[in-house]
Amino acid sequence: MSADGNLLKALDYSVVQQCMHCGLCLPSCPTYLETGRERNSPRGRIALIRAIADDELDVTRAFADEMSYCLGCLACTSACPAGVDYGTLFESARAESERKGAAPGAARSLVRLVTLRFLLVRPWALRLAGRMLRAFDASGLRKLLRKSGLYSVLPRRMGELERQALQIRGEFSDELIAPLERPEGKSRHRVTVLTGCIQDIAFSEVNRATVDVLLANSCEVETPRGQSCCGSLHAHNGDLGTARMLARRQIDSVDPDGCDAIISNSAGCGAHLKRYGHLLADDPAYSTRAAAWSAKVRDISEWLVEIGFRPPKASSAGPAPVAVTYHEACHLCHGQRITSQPREMLRSIPGVELRECPESTMCCGSAGVYSLTQPSTSAWLRDRKVGHIKSTGATVVATANPGCQLQIQQGFKDAAGMPRVVHPVVLLAEAYRAE
Amino acid sequence: MIDDLIKLLGQDNVLVEREDLIAYSFDATAVLRQLPRVVVFPRTAAEVSAVLKLSRGHRVPVVARGSGTGLSGGSVPVEGSVVVCLVKMDRIEEVDARNFTLRAGAGVLTQAIYAAADEVGLFYPPDPGSMKVSTIGGNVAENSGGLRGLKYGVTRDYVMGLEVVLADGEVCHLGNKCVKDVAGYSMKDLFIGSEGTLGIVTEVLLRLVPRPAARQTLLATYSRMDAAAETVSAIIAARIVPCTLEFLDSKTLRCVEEYAHVGLPMDAEALLLIEVDGHPAAVADEAARIRELCAANGATSVRLAADAAEAARLATARRSAFSALARMRPTTILEDATVPRSELAAMIRFIQETGARHRLEIATFGHFGDGNLHPTFLTDERDGDEMHRVESAMREIFAKALELGGTITGEHGVGLAKKAFLKGQLGDGSYALLRQVKRALDPDNLLNPGKILDL
Repeated sequence: MSADGNLLKALDYSVVQQCMHCGLCLPSCPTYLETGRERNSPRGRIALIRAIADDELDVTRAFADEMSYCLGCLACTSACPAGVDYGTLFESARAESERKGAAPGAARSLVRLVTLRFLLVRPWALRLAGRMLRAFDASGLRKLLRKSGLYSVLPRRMGELERQALQIRGEFSDELIAPLERPEGKSRHRVTVLTGCIQDIAFSEVNRATVDVLLANSCEVETPRGQSCCGSLHAHNGDLGTARMLARRQIDSVDPDGCDAIISNSAGCGAHLKRYGHLLADDPAYSTRAAAWSAKVRDISEWLVEIGFRPPKASSAGPAPVAVTYHEACHLCHGQRITSQPREMLRSIPGVELRECPESTMCCGSAGVYSLTQPSTSAWLRDRKVGHIKSTGATVVATANPGCQLQIQQGFKDAAGMPRVVHPVVLLAEAYRAE
Repeated sequence: MIDDLIKLLGQDNVLVEREDLIAYSFDATAVLRQLPRVVVFPRTAAEVSAVLKLSRGHRVPVVARGSGTGLSGGSVPVEGSVVVCLVKMDRIEEVDARNFTLRAGAGVLTQAIYAAADEVGLFYPPDPGSMKVSTIGGNVAENSGGLRGLKYGVTRDYVMGLEVVLADGEVCHLGNKCVKDVAGYSMKDLFIGSEGTLGIVTEVLLRLVPRPAARQTLLATYSRMDAAAETVSAIIAARIVPCTLEFLDSKTLRCVEEYAHVGLPMDAEALLLIEVDGHPAAVADEAARIRELCAANGATSVRLAADAAEAARLATARRSAFSALARMRPTTILEDATVPRSELAAMIRFIQETGARHRLEIATFGHFGDGNLHPTFLTDERDGDEMHRVESAMREIFAKALELGGTITGEHGVGLAKKAFLKGQLGDGSYALLRQVKRALDPDNLLNPGKILDL
């Protein structure tokens, strides 16, 4: 660590130097696409990081703004010929901006405090918030508020925030999934399923579907109770300390030696879980275990293809034909390089016609809390994505990340023409159920 | 001067913040960096003209820039300069399918030119490695090459006309849609490859050709490099002109296999990727004959792609060469020494010996068909001693290329990186001629000064 504790100076310089500024990342970068300015591009940002490491630039407000403007979608890492570890550079740069207090905005600080420091580190608090939102929905208050026109007199941002608020499911994961479930017949694999935090309260049916699909493929499934957040949002938003604390907690709660794989069904979590070894590399008590832990993590689609999953049988009535398009969550296609496996899952489903979506690997603008911190760029990307989805004529959009799912749903402004937006594993589970 | 620029172009098109200047202080060339004074984004030739007049009035140097993907430092800013970034001049003005021409702003991406031609069944052949990012203006300024040089030539062969803004701000239109035109000096040719030292290209008129109806891909591996060279000679002797004829040496090949797992034999000394295109019947015939020639000249394996998907898989071996090499060490220096095709085997062997002698990692791949090699130095710019050996090795390689009748740069340009070697290639008379041209067109030495040559 450098004398003043600067996280960017403390970085292994070869990570910075690995960028040969060839520019091949430029066309893949959503923010460069929006502005056409080098500063808003991956190699421009790396140049700024390098300038800070070289003492040619201070951690300025402009730098913090720049790192906040970056989506962290990692599309540049797929385009990069030199294998630059932009994820690490990005997380360190955001953390350094926070450390220096260069990051902007009081409203932003409040959002950070409530979500990152409070809700997402306390499973009970997140559940409680979920229950309150659930009650809010059930009481009809949300509808009433929307109808009342009250939002039109409130500041515009508040109305937007409310619309982005989660629709909470009737049941959370542990109400749907038993701690241990065994497949019919002989079990061939033993896996642990992570239920996530947002997934758990807003998309618990995805977790149920994950378990169903694993059972249908001879996996014995353990689902630990009281799971907490994996810390990915913290790491992406400059709070590496909390991210490390949550990683240790997660590692303590699941024994990697006790299972064949640790299954994640949320792209953003999975990408982060696979980096625990990296995140805790300097922690002597955890580094070895963290690396072993990360090595066991599999995205559900990755695992299914790895074990040679069974294609669902067509029902006797014959499958209803359905046009499906696939939106690739950034942290699945760029963060984990998983692109063919979800498609393989979709293609195996009787009746599914997979229609490729233009720019399927371009970020939808959800990007963690980006829709809150950078609403206009987020909305621009969302509308661009929705336009491409519409062009396919598909009635179902499959995507493997809860943030993307919410973002795309919000992009279809009215119910007419709204496709079904769903995790691929849910479609596969339905196909097994229909057998 | 900054205020005048803002008045002229608007606040959004003038960047002076340190964070912006840092992001424009380099191109894709290793090591070279220099902050400019200001970066501007003109949208029309008239605006470029006004910027040049203003700069001239203040005696401030001007550096033209597209996407900044150059590999010789051509668009690295000069100290205190105005960087004129042309990416906002990004409109394709016209695709003329009757005359096979395309007119576009300098900031249009090469890939977009290719796609616009393809849409009407036509073909723009030059395909520099950065074509997804590079601008057509930059391609013209550097006279960029690519993989199809042997059969289709380079950027120069497709430029029919240019709109150029001169040092004094005068806007000139050079060339036209006529295939035959001998009215006066061919001035457009002077600006192609001039690296922004004689004027700023703002619009290009390009020649297109019919899109080839068929394509076939082969991949051959060799246990001896000479056998690969003999195969190439045999193909040419058989009067077959492949559209690509690419080569990987043993080091590149091993890196590619470790990185991309294409299924290449790790003990092979050389690999050839060969593509033929044209009329389907001719393509089938040529591919079959090439296959026989590969086998007859000692190839240890030859694969002929059964379909487009397999062709893409075979091409992966070549396409991932640079990626595979770039991850090996912190600094990657991509050179482009070029020799006549007949001297290739000797040149490659010399590069390998030179690398060993200087204890350096040099991997070589490149365009065997047109003699354009890419000796790639895998090194670390923080290691002063090693960088010193890199410089020595480079000097020897360029000297050898010249000795074999070649050139110090096949397609990357001179810029700053090759400036020291230019005189050695041109000789006194030709070098003086270059100076004379530069002085005539840019008497105040304000256009990208210090690039290519010193006055």
